[in-house]
Amino acid sequence: MRQYAIKRIGLFIPTVLLVTVIVFVVMRLIPGDPALAILSADDAAYTEDELRLLRIELGTDRPLVVQYIDWVSGLVRGDFGTSFWWGGPVMDRLGERIPVTIELAVLGIGLAVVCAVPLGVLSAIKPDSPIDYLSRVFTLVGISIPTFFSGILLTLILIRSFGWLPPLGYADIWEDPWANVKQLMLPALALGFYDMAFIARVTRSSMMEILREDYMRTARAKGLAERLVLSRHGLKNAVLPILTISGWQFGRLFGGTVIIEKIFLIPGVGQLLIDAVYQRDFPTIQAVIVIVALSIVVINLLVDLLYGWLDPRIRYA
Amino acid sequence: MTTTNPGQGATIAADAEAQLLDMRPRQTQVQKLVAFARSKPLGAISAIIVLLTVLAAVVSYVVPGVLPHDPLDVRAHEDKYMPPQPGAWLGSDHLGRDELSRLIAGSQISIYVGLLSVGIGVTLGALIGILSAYIGGAFDLAIQRVVDAMMAFPPIILALGLVAVLGGSANNVIIALLVILLPGTIRVIRSQVLSIKELDYTLAAQAIGAGSIRIMLKHILPNVIASYIVLGTITLGFAIIIEASLSFLGVGVPPDIPTWGGMLTRGTEEIRIAWWLAVFPGIAISVVVFAINFLGDALRDTLDPRLRGR
Repeated sequence: MRQYAIKRIGLFIPTVLLVTVIVFVVMRLIPGDPALAILSADDAAYTEDELRLLRIELGTDRPLVVQYIDWVSGLVRGDFGTSFWWGGPVMDRLGERIPVTIELAVLGIGLAVVCAVPLGVLSAIKPDSPIDYLSRVFTLVGISIPTFFSGILLTLILIRSFGWLPPLGYADIWEDPWANVKQLMLPALALGFYDMAFIARVTRSSMMEILREDYMRTARAKGLAERLVLSRHGLKNAVLPILTISGWQFGRLFGGTVIIEKIFLIPGVGQLLIDAVYQRDFPTIQAVIVIVALSIVVINLLVDLLYGWLDPRIRYA
Repeated sequence: MTTTNPGQGATIAADAEAQLLDMRPRQTQVQKLVAFARSKPLGAISAIIVLLTVLAAVVSYVVPGVLPHDPLDVRAHEDKYMPPQPGAWLGSDHLGRDELSRLIAGSQISIYVGLLSVGIGVTLGALIGILSAYIGGAFDLAIQRVVDAMMAFPPIILALGLVAVLGGSANNVIIALLVILLPGTIRVIRSQVLSIKELDYTLAAQAIGAGSIRIMLKHILPNVIASYIVLGTITLGFAIIIEASLSFLGVGVPPDIPTWGGMLTRGTEEIRIAWWLAVFPGIAISVVVFAINFLGDALRDTLDPRLRGR
């Protein structure tokens, strides 16, 4: 296990470095000179001196390598730079937004797993039954509908049939936990809809494969109750691919939160990113992208380590 | 066969081979299409939906007169927020523009961005994938590490960053999509080439002294064409969703051009008073993407069953 962990972490470090390099290249090199962009915004007049001073202030007069190292060492210390937009540290606003998005994503993947696994198992143990057909249609539809449309449809159904209205203000979880969960339930459902369908599909196929294994027949032959056969020998072995997929999907969810937060007016990282794009606030965009990408790299590492720990075949492969 | 006459044996073997060759159906392109439609009816229906969408986009672009109304005309209907009815089949929007005309015109951006980004992205990705697998060594390792790192970015978030620095326009959305589509394509094609590289015919070609370029073009490329077509189809649906998401967020194509994503934004804002503004563009995107995915699955099963379940 230790060897496997070392090997896997050995792959992790260059990936982390490359992620920061890619973000730096995209956000710093492509847009050209940020000082020029700030000064020439709205076609304002400026002098060469102003331009030079602003470059020094922003630190863009230094060589790119120095700027990169400076930025990365800031990242390590939790300093994400100063926003062009409100002039304060990016971390101030980002810090408030991160818990909201994490809560949304955890609720989303949680709802997805809780609904998808039983659905997939039922579907696998009774193939071609009405439940199986229902679940197969559901997964096909769920995989094809884009995140934003499932959110809109859910809202529409609730408005039309229950007269429900989306709440406008955001309730903080520490102040009013019940209102907060009530508010996030629907967005979380819309966010996890695709994953629910996807995980149900993986559960079904993984479970069906396991059901054909010899040890399942052995377990039944020795007289074990069907419930125990399915849970101890079936699901326990089917859970590995489900776990891996859920982990990967959890990372992917952070992309979906951008859309869901916009539809449901949730003040999370996604909203901050969109607002920063409207304001052309590059330090904030850069910070959000790098944080999201690095979280995904870390989640993937944890999933892989967990996978290796649970399944010895992975370790020795 | 118990006779030991070697001549007779050879004749029988030759006959059997000829028979086998004859048994192979010699189909014309049309017959192949009919056979595809018979074995994959859903795939064929999907293909028709995709073709109709492409046709609608091209025709409405070349001859804007076929649209019932000018998609930008705010006086297309007397009233704003007209529910669907004869004459205004999909209703009118918040300015009195015709929703149906806007929906058809909106397909232009989806198809233009989708086809161009996938055409360039998957081709480029396939070439890099072939080179990476064939050359191997440090080159392959470097490419794979970059691909790994690129895969860490959720597509929408990377697209938002790229569009923010490049500015919002259809062509910049295409560039952002290229960056997003490349890593996945490189990875799939590379893994295919890695196994093809070890097959006997590649070794045989090397043994008779074929050069690297000849092997890549004559022996490897034809064997990844199936994956290339399947990947192209499946990523087309993905590209259309990303474009729609960017337009939905108001950062992709400029808002004065009708797009499905942009129409959906308006629809979400007005969802309490005008359900049709949210539902029709949403259905358009879902149906087209659904059809593309189905077509991709059907093509995969037909062209290369080995890819099933990937």
